[in-house]
Amino acid sequence: MTPVLQARGLGKKYGRRWALTDCDLEVPAGHVVGLVGPNGAGKSTLLNLSVGMLTPSAGSVEVLGGPPGAQQAKVGYVAQDAPTYARLSVADHLKLGAKLNPGWDHAVARRIQRLGLDPKQKAGKLSGGQRAQLALTLGLAKRPDLLILDEPVAALDPLARREFLQDLMEAVAEQELSVVLSSHLVSDVERSCDFVIVLVDSRVQVSGEIDTLLATHFRLTGPRRAAKDLPGDQHVVTESHTDVQSTFLIRTEKPILDPAWTVTQLTLEDLVLAYMASSVPAQPERPVLEVQR
Amino acid sequence: MNGVWLMIEFHLDGRSGVSPYQQIVQQVRNALRLGLLRKGDQLPTVKDVVAALAINPNTVLKAYRELEHEGLVQARPGRGTFVTRTLTDNTLAAHGPLRQDLRRWLAKARKAGLDDESIEALFLTTFRSAALEDLA
Repeated sequence: MTPVLQARGLGKKYGRRWALTDCDLEVPAGHVVGLVGPNGAGKSTLLNLSVGMLTPSAGSVEVLGGPPGAQQAKVGYVAQDAPTYARLSVADHLKLGAKLNPGWDHAVARRIQRLGLDPKQKAGKLSGGQRAQLALTLGLAKRPDLLILDEPVAALDPLARREFLQDLMEAVAEQELSVVLSSHLVSDVERSCDFVIVLVDSRVQVSGEIDTLLATHFRLTGPRRAAKDLPGDQHVVTESHTDVQSTFLIRTEKPILDPAWTVTQLTLEDLVLAYMASSVPAQPERPVLEVQR
Repeated sequence: MNGVWLMIEFHLDGRSGVSPYQQIVQQVRNALRLGLLRKGDQLPTVKDVVAALAINPNTVLKAYRELEHEGLVQARPGRGTFVTRTLTDNTLAAHGPLRQDLRRWLAKARKAGLDDESIEALFLTTFRSAALEDLA
């Protein structure tokens, strides 16, 4: 199956600053992908490169097996803050969508009524949650194979956020589309996504199916020991030491045999935070945290 | 809704540390054990579950596949997933009296001054050590 998103050595430079560096990615079809990372990590840059709104400064990116620009009919994109035309009504947005998109699905567009949005209402008068729902409807009615959403729930209150994710998941179950959504909050992606990309400081720190990542990462706690004394298959993500104790967060495919360790499983949040921490140089004021780079 | 509304609803505990798909599997097994679900009953559709819980459809599919693998349910394409076997067997009748005994025991434990946490701990340690003895 063709990957929905494939990047090879992808990079983007603004002036002298690299917003995205050495990005290698392969996202298989049929997933809901969470792109997580702090603000300014390069999430929007990666998404904009994927939809052809930006051109790479290095490397290449393919979407649904072709260059980003060539796939516009099959890719839906909702930019940050759910952009809509403030002075157009909800009905006007739908009319415009139907005119501009050959594969427009009127049945999907009718979800607007189900959501209780007034078709005559101007988009500028909608609440943040309603505007997000309008933008999602436009993205879904296009019947894309891949829907890309940049921070779709960041501006929403918890209830609107929940409703938005419920609707999105329902659409995924119905339409069998792949989704890439970015967020700076792990809790947004924890339930709704099954694939995660952690982007920190313009680099992809880790990516993969969430189940697989959680099954191969562990926290080891035990008597003090150096990272170099761990077995070769145990890749250290973070480590911290006190005089008597060491704690490692490791990635390994193999069973952990050493009985000296207390082994604990991680939550997705632990895992993401560990990869975020591992990209930051050790802070002088936190000498106990030694970081493997 | 008429008689069809005998369906169960799933709930997710975000703090349990048990993955969402396992929670769904457990909740179906529990419903089967308690007789809430019987042979022929339909499980909620994947679409209904994801719409209610805002979880990934693959999570639900994975849970249903595992239940199917265990021979508890069967997916009928285009119609839904149906219960093929119950887990109640003949023990359901014994639940009432056992619950009575347990209630009496709980009252006794409270009277002796145990709080909720101590009661749970006592039950679990006894349960585990008894299970170990049974194995031995």
